[in-house]
Amino acid sequence: MESTQTDIDAEIAAADAVALPGRIHPDRDYPPYRSTVLRHPKQSLVVVRDPEAVELSGPVFGVTDVLGHDADLTRQHRGEPLGERITVTGRVLDRDGHPIRGQLVEVWQANAAGRYAHGGDRHPAPLDPNFTGAGRCLTDDEGRYTFTTMRPGAYPWRNHRNAWRPAHIHFSLFGTAFTQRLVTQMYFPGDPLHARDPILRAVADEKARRRLIADYDHDLSVPEWSLGYRWDIVLDGPAATWIEEGR
Amino acid sequence: MTVTPSQTVGPFYGYALPFPGGADLAPGHPGAITVHGYVYDGAGAPVPDALLEFWQAGPDGSRAGATGSMRRDPVTGAVAGRDGVAFTGFGRVATDPDGHYTLRTLPPGGTPYLGVCVFARGLLHHLYTRVYLESSPGDPVLSGLTAERAATLIATPERPGVLRFDVRLQYDGTHEETVFLAFE
Repeated sequence: MESTQTDIDAEIAAADAVALPGRIHPDRDYPPYRSTVLRHPKQSLVVVRDPEAVELSGPVFGVTDVLGHDADLTRQHRGEPLGERITVTGRVLDRDGHPIRGQLVEVWQANAAGRYAHGGDRHPAPLDPNFTGAGRCLTDDEGRYTFTTMRPGAYPWRNHRNAWRPAHIHFSLFGTAFTQRLVTQMYFPGDPLHARDPILRAVADEKARRRLIADYDHDLSVPEWSLGYRWDIVLDGPAATWIEEGR
Repeated sequence: MTVTPSQTVGPFYGYALPFPGGADLAPGHPGAITVHGYVYDGAGAPVPDALLEFWQAGPDGSRAGATGSMRRDPVTGAVAGRDGVAFTGFGRVATDPDGHYTLRTLPPGGTPYLGVCVFARGLLHHLYTRVYLESSPGDPVLSGLTAERAATLIATPERPGVLRFDVRLQYDGTHEETVFLAFE
């Protein structure tokens, strides 16, 4: 039988009750998000402590890979997209607080109506001919990224009856090592859907979960133009010592 | 600092992350090998919305990589593809509706394996694994595993230059679950 939001809320509470305190990343086995059930390994991860592991280095990107206007998602078509124009900016740091410089940041998102420019999205909300919703940039010497885009809408999904994803922007990040790879989602402050969303709630630790919610920053808002959000990203994972010393 | 938690890649990354030529690390190179296979879930069903990324040493053993994996044409904005000279070491390929992927690359120098990072809808935190291009006695990862578990990391030669490597996200009752790795 199809689960209700009440069922999911109860499952989230039950998962919270047994979650390891201080755990940052979501448990891959998280039944309130139904698609995890058959897609998580049951064996423990095998820990690699090899200082020669290739994964302690990682891919690099540069100005050949990214064009300047890729960071402005409102300028990819002839006309202006519909919705609320926003800028999102922040720094990409490693877990010691050092900036990740010159590295690729990729984003994708639904349009202001909550519809992805993806053939698989059947939500009967309008596509926007002036908005695709994909962008990329390279971080600067302080690890900073900046995107101009439209605030995405919430949208329904079929995890359970009347399931709605809170508005979010998908982020893909690289560090100096493949082990620092991160794909995550940025959420907007004050959204009543946060508490009901099993993907966000899969991060059981409240402090860690807050890391996924951007801050509205009035000083970043531009008069007569756009609202500003700030969101810093801290990458997990070790990197080869020689790379850190070389940067 | 509090690390930023992972979230699933979801189902709709397809117009943002894959790029033309992402699965061909050595376009036009006569020495390229093909690594291909399927991604399966715990019911033994293919996973049509997984994204695999590969990172490896260059044929000369270099781990520095090179820019230009998604080199762009500044006039049209389209992906122009790798330049065919620099070996970037990075590949990205989404599984097709059959759950299948194909990668073309050059064998790495100095190490017998390709690093793999697996993303998928329903996977809240990516998984790392490795494709060993040959059985590698003495390898610090393989030597710590039982033969059955180690076998999940070793690609199977199908014919010269073509190797099969499947990813099994979960034991399906018949097939061994792929070994996934954590780095400390």
